[in-house]
Amino acid sequence: MPEPVLSIRNLVVEFSTDDGIVHAVDDITYDVLPGETLGIVGESGSGKSVSTMSILGLIPQPPGRITSGEALFKDKDLLKLSKRALREFRGNEVAMIFQDPMTSLNPVLKVGDQLGEAIKTHYPKEKDDAVKARVVELLRIVGVPNPEARYDQYPHEFSGGMRQRAMIAMSIANSPSLLIADEPTTALDVTIQAQVLEVMKRVQAETHAATILITHDLGIVAELCDRVLVMYAGRIVESGDVTTIFQSPRHPYTIGLMDSLPRLTEDEEWLHPIPGQPPSLINRPPGCAFHPRCFLSEGRSACRTEVPELRPIEGPGHGAACHFAEELRERPSRFAEPVGGVA
Amino acid sequence: MTEVERQPHPAGQVTPESHAQGAALAAPGTLDATVEAGLEVKVRSQWSYARSRFFRHRLAMGSLIVLIIVFGAGALANYVAPYSFSQIDLTNILAAPSSQHWFGTDEIGRDEFSRVIYGIRTSEEVGIFVAILSSWIGLIVGAIAGYYGGWMDNLLMRITDLTLTLPFLAILLVASALLGQGSQWRVSIILALLLWTTLARIVRGLFLSLREKEYVEAAKAAGAGDTRIMFRHILPNTLGPIIVNGTLAVATAILIEAALSFLGFGIKPPTPSLGVLVAGGQTNPQQWWLTIFPGLMIVLIVLCINFVGDGLRDALDPTQRRVRA
Amino acid sequence: MLTYITRRVLYSIPVLIVSTFLSFTFVSLAGNPTAAIRANPRFSQQTLENVIRQNHLNDSIPVRYWYWLQDVFTHKLGKSLLTFQPIWPDITRTLGHTAQVIILSESLAIILGVTVGIFSAIRQYSVFDYLFTSVSFLGFAMPTFWLALLLQILFVDIYLKWNVRIFYTSGLNSPGQGTWSLDRLQHIALPVMTLAIISFAVYSRYMRASMLDVINTDYVRTARAKGLPEWRVILGHVCRNALIPIVTIAALNFGALLGGAIITETVFTLDGIGFYFVQKLQNADLYAVMAYLLVTSIIIIVFNLIADILYGFLDPRIRYD
Repeated sequence: MPEPVLSIRNLVVEFSTDDGIVHAVDDITYDVLPGETLGIVGESGSGKSVSTMSILGLIPQPPGRITSGEALFKDKDLLKLSKRALREFRGNEVAMIFQDPMTSLNPVLKVGDQLGEAIKTHYPKEKDDAVKARVVELLRIVGVPNPEARYDQYPHEFSGGMRQRAMIAMSIANSPSLLIADEPTTALDVTIQAQVLEVMKRVQAETHAATILITHDLGIVAELCDRVLVMYAGRIVESGDVTTIFQSPRHPYTIGLMDSLPRLTEDEEWLHPIPGQPPSLINRPPGCAFHPRCFLSEGRSACRTEVPELRPIEGPGHGAACHFAEELRERPSRFAEPVGGVA
Repeated sequence: MTEVERQPHPAGQVTPESHAQGAALAAPGTLDATVEAGLEVKVRSQWSYARSRFFRHRLAMGSLIVLIIVFGAGALANYVAPYSFSQIDLTNILAAPSSQHWFGTDEIGRDEFSRVIYGIRTSEEVGIFVAILSSWIGLIVGAIAGYYGGWMDNLLMRITDLTLTLPFLAILLVASALLGQGSQWRVSIILALLLWTTLARIVRGLFLSLREKEYVEAAKAAGAGDTRIMFRHILPNTLGPIIVNGTLAVATAILIEAALSFLGFGIKPPTPSLGVLVAGGQTNPQQWWLTIFPGLMIVLIVLCINFVGDGLRDALDPTQRRVRA
Repeated sequence: MLTYITRRVLYSIPVLIVSTFLSFTFVSLAGNPTAAIRANPRFSQQTLENVIRQNHLNDSIPVRYWYWLQDVFTHKLGKSLLTFQPIWPDITRTLGHTAQVIILSESLAIILGVTVGIFSAIRQYSVFDYLFTSVSFLGFAMPTFWLALLLQILFVDIYLKWNVRIFYTSGLNSPGQGTWSLDRLQHIALPVMTLAIISFAVYSRYMRASMLDVINTDYVRTARAKGLPEWRVILGHVCRNALIPIVTIAALNFGALLGGAIITETVFTLDGIGFYFVQKLQNADLYAVMAYLLVTSIIIIVFNLIADILYGFLDPRIRYD
């Protein structure tokens, strides 16, 4: 097994608020291997964004707090680095793409200048012409037409899809080893989504960067990811490679997520959402956080009292955090047979 | 933010093909289970949310109490003031504060404390009257302009633009000097006629954006008339800024009236006004109590109103940046 | 960009005309231009009729306005109806003095206010922040005339007690001293302080709010994610954007300062345009009052124009409005 690019161990992140302490991330552990695309799936509030932003020091530290854990990036623990040292990684070896392209660029500065800033921050000795040439090149790679002219334009002159491409260009400017994409297509129209995903695939192919793709859209996961983590209420509830997760999910929440997708190929009367609400992260249910909404639990006391650990199920690399995961073996997944149109 | 918008989702639709049927325990995955697990979210009206947010704002609460005391004293001036405000005592002129005259006396022996109390009454009458009148005018004009758009909106914007370009205090002084000599009510009306434009702008902006909301379209599709839409659907969502603005307008009015009276163009004696009282202090610079106390009252009142306004803004519009005092 | 500027300039002209016409109408309707003359027994009937004829006072208001407008350009604002003295020299003299005070106050207030606002926002909820927040709230609540009076009384008392003149409390100059002397500075120090304190409250508050708005935006997060040092984030991205609304505030505040000047000049007896205005108003000298309104309207409109143009420079989004 090659050395992981990123190793998260027992990460715990909390926020102090007026209403109490929010347990945003509760003891998660995972690795990211070089060149792979890891998808992190979950609802809003599951902790998927917070876990990655906290590694890069992007969450405000009051009221946030990284209570414990390690984040080893190429043998350096990012959580223990000084602010200045951590800054050298940000935008350089570890880069992030954010969700909303409409607001992620500074509206009063030229796009080219902003992209150039990403380069000059880490390579201040570079000459301006070289930087500009590189920026134009990057814009070309991500498919922005007429990049020389676009360099001098302002963000409001770019469409949403183009802005996201510019953001992607910004993130790969310094050839990062790890790319974190936080719901990069959520704010875009469906057709534009497809285009941006194409760009991401191309970028991945060219740069061979490891990518963490955070999303709630299972379709994107199926299309782009090699491995998947499913998060709920700040914990990882299932992990495995994408085929296994889709074909044989072993956690009730994962199954619920897949079931709640509308079926385009059958005639149905009702949708199948997961009943209930996501739990409050301040007062989490005792035991398994999912048990109040779980169809498998049936009120069993184990679910209500013991927090299930992520344990290996049926094979290497597939883990599920459920006391009764084995009982799900009988359940055929919707995606057990390949269905056209999932991608 | 009407009730229509803010209903929490009914907790999960339970599909006809219910899931596991438990026995005595509530069927897990249903609403009952969430209640049992102690995870139920209580549904409260938005006003009770606003109320509790306001009460948590200690500065606003404290200021509100102080304000009630001060305004109450003004309203009950006839009972609170130990002397009448025009009672002359020539044996006791320009006396420093004492147990008989808490705020001292002025140059013809009138008790400053009583005069200040009556001055507060005048100020609060002016402030509240101006705030209410200008709010009404601003609301109506802004609503019509924002909702109907077109030439009415254009006209309103030109008028507000114009008022921005005119030297405000100067125009007020001219108006006051030529039209409203001395009378408290004339001055109030003039103030109201010049102060409505800020609220009109705000209301217009709100109506303009809210009339595009989906629930307005829905109401129209259901056949609701314009007035009904404006009153029933859009107006409740604008109450927050209107209340905040109205509260702050009281402070603005009090400050401006005081300035006008100080310069001699506003309320004229014998009607007591805090501005007039401070002017008395200017002619007697050695008697610090004549300047300090009336002025301090103005500062106290305006400060408290500003804090209350801040608290109201936090309570009624929590999406705004929480600029805590 | 040029079209934007031209458009704003062209737009201001009709605004100016309508604004002055309204003021003229208002003043003429509200007050009788000849009332003061009629009331004064020194003036004969003949003088009265001459005045009426010369100023076309028997004609309708728009006609009068037209003549007055002509006078503005040709005879430099014409003559006072009361004293028959030309108005223009008074206006220029007093305006110069007022300008000195206002420019000084405004500069002080902006520099200090913006700086305090920036630090208050960066160190939100710190002692520094709470302290200056309290100061701002006080500044908002304090009537200008009261602050002016307090300062005046304070320094009069100091002089009376210790016989030392730190700042003068009335007038522009001691006899024989000039416009740019230390003596002048001592005389205008108090009015400048009064206006500066109140404006400071405005600027520090709004700058703080503006900074806080910007600091939590996505693009500032992007800047941090790029690895920029925090000071660069603050200066290059946060301040750059936060200063934009301050430009508008400055223009608006300028109008308020002209009003404040009326008050400070009255309290400190300064020969400024505000004091001039108050005196003319008390005497119901209408054409002089109109001259004041015209001049101040022009100044406000010009400053709003400058602010609009500056805004266009700073925020590329509105250039294509």
